[in-house]
Amino acid sequence: MPSRLCRSTLASAFVAFGLAIGVLPAHAADKVKVGFVSTLSGPSAALGVDIRDAFLLAVKLNGGKLGGLPAEVIVSDDQFKPDVAKGLFEKNIKRDKVDFMTGVVFSNIMLAALPEALDAKTFYLSPNAAPSSMAGKDCNPDFFAVAWPNDAYHEAAGQFATQRGMKSVYLIAPNYQAGKDSLSGFKRTFKGQVVGENYTKLGQLDYAAELAEVRAAKPQVLYVFLPGGMGINFIKQFVGAGLGKDITLLLPGFSADQDVIGPVGGAMSGLFNTAHWSPDFSNAANQKFVAEFRKEYNRTPTLYASQGYDTARLIDAAVRDVKGKLEDHEAVRKALKAAKFESVRGPFRFNTNQYPIQNYYVRTVGSDGKGGLINKSFSEPILKDHGDAYVQACAMK
Amino acid sequence: MSVLALEQALNGLQFGLMLFLLAAGLTLVFGVMDMINLAHGSLYMVGAFIGAWIVGLTGSFLLGIVGAVLGTAAFGMALESSLLRSLYARDHLSQVLATFALILILNDGTRMLFGNDLPLSAPAALDGPVELLPGLSYPAYRLVIIGAGLVLALSLYLLVVKTRMGALVRAGASNREMATAMGVDIKRLFTVVFGIGAGLCAVAGVLMGPLLAVQVGMGENILILAFVVIVIGGIGSIRGALVGALLVGVVDTFGRTVMQALFREFLPPQMASAAGPALASVAIYVFMAAVLAIRPQGLFPARG
Repeated sequence: MPSRLCRSTLASAFVAFGLAIGVLPAHAADKVKVGFVSTLSGPSAALGVDIRDAFLLAVKLNGGKLGGLPAEVIVSDDQFKPDVAKGLFEKNIKRDKVDFMTGVVFSNIMLAALPEALDAKTFYLSPNAAPSSMAGKDCNPDFFAVAWPNDAYHEAAGQFATQRGMKSVYLIAPNYQAGKDSLSGFKRTFKGQVVGENYTKLGQLDYAAELAEVRAAKPQVLYVFLPGGMGINFIKQFVGAGLGKDITLLLPGFSADQDVIGPVGGAMSGLFNTAHWSPDFSNAANQKFVAEFRKEYNRTPTLYASQGYDTARLIDAAVRDVKGKLEDHEAVRKALKAAKFESVRGPFRFNTNQYPIQNYYVRTVGSDGKGGLINKSFSEPILKDHGDAYVQACAMK
Repeated sequence: MSVLALEQALNGLQFGLMLFLLAAGLTLVFGVMDMINLAHGSLYMVGAFIGAWIVGLTGSFLLGIVGAVLGTAAFGMALESSLLRSLYARDHLSQVLATFALILILNDGTRMLFGNDLPLSAPAALDGPVELLPGLSYPAYRLVIIGAGLVLALSLYLLVVKTRMGALVRAGASNREMATAMGVDIKRLFTVVFGIGAGLCAVAGVLMGPLLAVQVGMGENILILAFVVIVIGGIGSIRGALVGALLVGVVDTFGRTVMQALFREFLPPQMASAAGPALASVAIYVFMAAVLAIRPQGLFPARG
């Protein structure tokens, strides 16, 4: 079990470290405890593993500290099960008495476990999931969405299709809440005509029938929201059916990320996708992150990795800001909201609902010069200082 | 519209033929040995993993298929003669429990040997589309699957109808006690039938691997469909399995797309997008229920 190994080595490293620096000032906490619960086993594990690896990398590059205090990160696996995640949250909060919770990849799992943290007034910093409900009426002062609102990539994609003068689009998503949300996000910014809309079974892997419908509908753009293995199969079959000649395939960033490029291969070349981050961003923080991540793990980081890295650095900035006084809940919240750190995505800030306001970019998959493929971003953002559509419903000011 | 219908018919045919390869083995085992083998889907998974492993080692897809067929058939026969044989005399509940346990064991065994999944891609030469008609390009790989499925269906049909072994299988399926009384070596027959069924599973597993995914648990979903196929077709009947598989393939393919379009005609879009997919995923089961209501013994019952 790599995660368990990681946890114990880290923990012992920090114990040793704590002994070495001796007694800390009495008014500040003597260490920062972070509960990290994520999907680390099973078919969907790659995403959680990337978030974890990048989070731990940020702590390591910081000399094992967050905000100047020795950090203890308790890593555990939710096994892709909401009830397991809920139990782990409870354990981390009640027994381990962590200062921050983070880690969950999937919205449905996070929403099941989240009350454990929020009821106990423990901060939850979401490194990925950011459902619309938590942005609007259910917004909470202890909840921060560090990555991007669930709709944002799709709004950016709709904007890009409009900007390119595309007149017709065909939409495909799995038949569940996030699938429907994503397509409404696209339609919010797309000005052309929707010639077809197809909701497939969640987890479907063979898309022959849907591709035949697309061929008959003759759209200019095909936009699909199919996370994980569904997307990998869809793209392969789209290319195999010879549809790429006449139809532009547009994807949300996570469907054209490094973990998809690997298994799909050359067929990804030239595809457009939208995201808030790209490995080629030239800001200093990102250059360092990408180089260090490659050095440590021997692979190119994904969006998920960038989000895990930023989450750790947000904690770092906030703890430093309050000078380690973690018991002052309100001060920590203000410091988190101020987000005084250089994010790998470039400039970003938190809105009143504690969801990010940031830029979104169109990326295209091209050669990395070493025989592989990598995402390259357009220099101008497609959406600038973009928030979310739900902030009005949030009571926080 | 006609081009669309043709393409969907090809898709239905392709899916149906792959289902047939699974259902053929299942229906023989069920029909001849009166044994419910839930672990049949696991043989499909084992075949896919062996195939993907060999393709990864040698780079040859053909070698992968051959190796998977031989390996899975041998594995199936070993399983039959060591373990499943002792279950024939038991009731169906014991068989279901034992073979369900076998699913769990094989899943974890595969995970230990190969990991959670293995990459498997179609041969590069078959990666692209083939233009069948002006305006209709069809993936070359799916055409190959259709071809392979048709050839196998035909050979299986000839084997069952024209050969001595086929006659024994048919005799076993229609009246097992009488066949034994007439001196048929039923033990050996069962082992061979089981091996053939496992080999067919392996072909389906390797051929479907690039279209779906070679992963632990891949057999469970498709096993349910294979059971639907043999219930529709009539248990023990190869002809029934073929017709049932093609019907299920076509109903599923058209159900997924036509149903949604149909609902959009007379329902508001919000409701259509909710009702269409919901009904599409149950279309096959509605169809099975209809068959059971009209012909409970299936379309082509093996027993008179």
